[in-house]
Amino acid sequence: METQTHLLTVVTFLPLLGVPALLMLRANDHKWVRRIALAVSIAEFIISLFLLHGFGATNAQYSFEEFYNWIPGGSIHYHLGVDGISLFLVLLTTFLTPIAILCSWNSIQDRVRGFFISLLVIETAMIGVFLSLDLFLFFVFWELTLIPMYFIIGIWGHGRRIYAALKFILFTMFGSILMLVAILWLYNLTHTFNLPDIQAMLQTGQVVLPPHTELWLFGAFFLAFAIKVPLFPLHTWLPDAHTEAPTAGSVILAGVMLKLGTYGMLRFCLPLFPDASHRMAPLIGVLAIIGIVYGALVAMVQHDFKRLIAYTSVSHLGFVVLGLFAFSTISIQGAIYQMLNHGVCTGALFVGVGMLYDRRHTHEIKEFGGLINPMPVLMAFFLFIALSSLALPPLNSFIGEFMILIGTFEHHHAWASWAASGAILSAIYLLWAYQRVGFGEVTVEKNKTLPDASGRERLILATMSLVIIFMGVASPLFTRRMEPAANTVLLQMDRVAMASRKARGLGAPDQVAVLPAASATPSQATLKVALVNASQRRVQP
Amino acid sequence: MPILDHLWIILALPLAGAAINGLLGWKWPKSVINTIGIGSVALSFLAVLEATREFAQLPASQIPFVKDFFTWMTAGAFRVDFALQVDQLTIVMLLVVTFVSLLVHIYSTGYMAHDGGYCRFFAYMNLFVFFMLTLVLAANLILLFVGWEGVGLCSYLLIGFWFLKKSANDAGKKAFITTRIGDMGFTIGILLAFWTFHSVDYRTMFSQVAKMGVEGTAGIGVLTAICLLLFAGAIGKSAQLPLYVWLPDAMEGPTPVSALIHAATMVTAGVYMVARMNPLFSRAPIAMFVVAAVGAITAFYAATIGLLQTDIKKVLAYSTVSQLGYMFLGCGVGAYAAGIFHLMTHAFFKGLLFLAAGSVIHAVGGEQDMRRMGGLRKKIPVTYWTMLIATLSIAGIPGFAGFFSKDEILAAAGSGPHANLWLWLIGLIGAGLTSFYMFRLVFLTFFGKARYDEHKVHVHESPKNITVPLMILAFCAIFGGWFAAPHLVGGTDYFEAFLHPVFSAYHVQGAVEQQASLAGSAGAEAGMAHNPAMELFHAITGPPVLIAIAGLLLAWWFYIRKPDAPKKVARSVHGLYTLVLNKYYVDELYLAVIIRPLLWISTHVLWHTVDVGMIDGTLNGTASAARAAGGELREMQSGNARSYATWVVVGAVGFTVLLVGLWLKVR
Repeated sequence: METQTHLLTVVTFLPLLGVPALLMLRANDHKWVRRIALAVSIAEFIISLFLLHGFGATNAQYSFEEFYNWIPGGSIHYHLGVDGISLFLVLLTTFLTPIAILCSWNSIQDRVRGFFISLLVIETAMIGVFLSLDLFLFFVFWELTLIPMYFIIGIWGHGRRIYAALKFILFTMFGSILMLVAILWLYNLTHTFNLPDIQAMLQTGQVVLPPHTELWLFGAFFLAFAIKVPLFPLHTWLPDAHTEAPTAGSVILAGVMLKLGTYGMLRFCLPLFPDASHRMAPLIGVLAIIGIVYGALVAMVQHDFKRLIAYTSVSHLGFVVLGLFAFSTISIQGAIYQMLNHGVCTGALFVGVGMLYDRRHTHEIKEFGGLINPMPVLMAFFLFIALSSLALPPLNSFIGEFMILIGTFEHHHAWASWAASGAILSAIYLLWAYQRVGFGEVTVEKNKTLPDASGRERLILATMSLVIIFMGVASPLFTRRMEPAANTVLLQMDRVAMASRKARGLGAPDQVAVLPAASATPSQATLKVALVNASQRRVQP
Repeated sequence: MPILDHLWIILALPLAGAAINGLLGWKWPKSVINTIGIGSVALSFLAVLEATREFAQLPASQIPFVKDFFTWMTAGAFRVDFALQVDQLTIVMLLVVTFVSLLVHIYSTGYMAHDGGYCRFFAYMNLFVFFMLTLVLAANLILLFVGWEGVGLCSYLLIGFWFLKKSANDAGKKAFITTRIGDMGFTIGILLAFWTFHSVDYRTMFSQVAKMGVEGTAGIGVLTAICLLLFAGAIGKSAQLPLYVWLPDAMEGPTPVSALIHAATMVTAGVYMVARMNPLFSRAPIAMFVVAAVGAITAFYAATIGLLQTDIKKVLAYSTVSQLGYMFLGCGVGAYAAGIFHLMTHAFFKGLLFLAAGSVIHAVGGEQDMRRMGGLRKKIPVTYWTMLIATLSIAGIPGFAGFFSKDEILAAAGSGPHANLWLWLIGLIGAGLTSFYMFRLVFLTFFGKARYDEHKVHVHESPKNITVPLMILAFCAIFGGWFAAPHLVGGTDYFEAFLHPVFSAYHVQGAVEQQASLAGSAGAEAGMAHNPAMELFHAITGPPVLIAIAGLLLAWWFYIRKPDAPKKVARSVHGLYTLVLNKYYVDELYLAVIIRPLLWISTHVLWHTVDVGMIDGTLNGTASAARAAGGELREMQSGNARSYATWVVVGAVGFTVLLVGLWLKVR
């Protein structure tokens, strides 16, 4: 085995190092608790940027791989790796965590140390999910994300926090249990938890999943991820969780945790179970479109600002799922990009709502109105973020949505056309909400004297706005690094499907056209590149 | 080629102006804001002039001149460059946009002088100029869409500029959302275009289109579908039936905004887009007919509403909708050059009408209702004369700019290769109505007795920074159409000849279609000119001119000679009068048929029934059932967190057992 760097281990566990540091402080030394937490998260962000440095733009394999036997017996490994799919999701996590810490600066006054410890633990857990290449390790991190979030909602949340926290954890635990069963089942077939090994076995036909088995396994994984996303009709935990969570909780939840679901679909469901993915795609595509339209319509009529934004997540994540299950390299890249965009935009919207909450301790839209008068700067940022969220070109979300639509349209004219209606609906709910909150005369006496954004708040909002603009104009810097990974997924899908077909004596191995996915394969040139890359892949013993 | 090689400068100037004024201008004095706001547009205008000069020296083989700056989006086979393009059509649009923008910016220093949001206003205006120039300079459909949405954003911000007024905010939101409905079609059109051509780049698309034939009228081919979808976007943006409803409301914005965005430039983006996509449209006769028909019907329909409006800006708004209809009629009958010609002359005379109306409104202390004006002719002479010139121009009186362009459109509709007698007739009647409502406006405003309170309102002429732009535009409203004047005596229409390469580069193989792009007007048989004097005589005594004069006289009769006549007529056709006065109740119809049901369904069906009732209710219900089975029947209360707990655990265990069982079986 060649020399390994330990960059990924550092990136994954650095936030945890902050935990003992915080524990050494006195519990009521709030100032230093915040400072240390922020320092750790910023250091983490800077270190994570080194991933970009070492990441080749044409790299279709995992980079910075680390591989150790973890639990004796040789089947459970500590295996980390980063590719074009996980790279930016890790960066999104390390970017949003300092933001979440900063926007909790004054709003969390109770059990401050515990709160920041929870945030740091959740950061490690989420990064671990993105970087794990061993199913067992993945599952451990996956479960680890739940506990701190449960506390964040349940302890530092608003009115009905216990109800919301319980609903959150029960929904997701339900999915987790199914996924655990599927992971064990898969282990029983392959005798390993190592993802690249499982992938290789499926691709070479060493292990062939009978159609029924594949469908069950796919279903178990998919249900776990779909709850997390959340896909209609499994979304009802989300509005409650968001409404009751503190600002930082919502930022992390919407910004990163929902993407654990879409990430999981792309990392596991598609490449491991391609036939099942194709068989279920019509249903999933329709559910995604229902989610887009339904989420937007329900968002439109909400009275609670935070609940409104929560429903927009249902709508926006519908786009991502649609992009993934259109099986085109364009739509998959669009979907990955849209995961990032949604993290930044919706994160920023929650930050903004949090700032309003800090001032007025309510999320009710009718409690606001005319806020642009007392706080022009804050509301100007708010409008800008809303515009990026409604996919106004040339801002970031436009690029993600448009790529998803272009890629989806290749095979599904109707899907893409329905999804395009999301652009109208998002304009309706965001502009209407903004009008009711921001424009007009100040309607509530208390609001007349609200202070405008503080220096800290301006820093947060300006940073996020700059990222929104940057991602809007410089998308190739991202997509060029995603493309090889997206093509690899499609290639893996074809190979696994082919191997399974061959084993069952259906069709020649090179007869790609048998698959409904046939036309979804990348163009010849990219296919070749991906083939070469895939053949160079190191398969773990 | 200093500018052509650095086309981005034309864009960067107004963008920089917007950024500087918007971010830093809050505490600066007006002089600094003016310098930045006007200076950036003035420099941009100079850059366009220089680009035009350089463009004139380019060999024909280098046109369209495309400059590729960087890759903006890339994924698989999908790639969009930030690439700018200049051809004759772009040059015309660039000149019109920067020139009118410059005048409106200067005008605004007078009109907005006492407004609290001065720097915000100039920042938005500069931002608008940036996006509008992006729209016309774009070398691919998606960059065009950036400009397209960007001007929509600026329109939203500027309509709702006075954000304390709810009506202004409503109007801004309505404008944005209504145009977005059209944009959904536009988006799908782009998707279909990419699917068909594997590119959104104009040149790549057109070179493939050039190999395609004309689509039949038997079914909808792919080109027809693309054209119709793109045209849906134009219907929204250029306020055509049935999506025109936002434009009259958009008059809530400051008057310079109405002049620049809602008359001269942004709303014409749809016409520009159709002309730009002419290789596609020319091969899709069904789409062409739809464009022409929507244009003609809108031209007529909006003119009828304009007849009875009493708000001076609303009259002009409906007039804009109507005139945009003429531009589409021109494009739809294959006379793209005539459509663009009318776009240009309209930018002059309608820009002028709005600016002059703003001057009137200022003069009478903010009053917009013409019933409380009257007799202003002597008191504000510059405004009066410039507005009269614009009115003569829009009415199509020979010698004025509007005459040349409207005449070309109607001529092409009447006798061009795609002529349609019905559309010509509708357009012709519309022209009579135009003349009537415009002279009605002039007579009500400037003639007769003063109907405002002369003790309270001290009518005064506007300052120089308002009147000078009016005079410059008045000059253009007369002479801006004279490029076509030689055509009247059998000579060349220079405007049409200049644009000819754009509309013939990818012309359809086949004589009839070739003529379609060649013929700027019905008088394309210029070679057969017999007698220049007779030609001229025919041109200035054609039906459009006669009906315009009839409209003028009728207005004179109704509003000067017999001021009681309007009321009598209104009484005699009361039903029709009420219908038109209420704008055919279209807003009310949309509210009742679309908006209210949508809100009701979203609230009661989707949210309360599906989300709360069915999904959560099922979970709660199942939980309750489980508890009942366990003998713990209590109140059937829903929303209890513990009920979820019970149910989910039961469900999870059940599933686990099931899956493990299956797994064992599979083994």
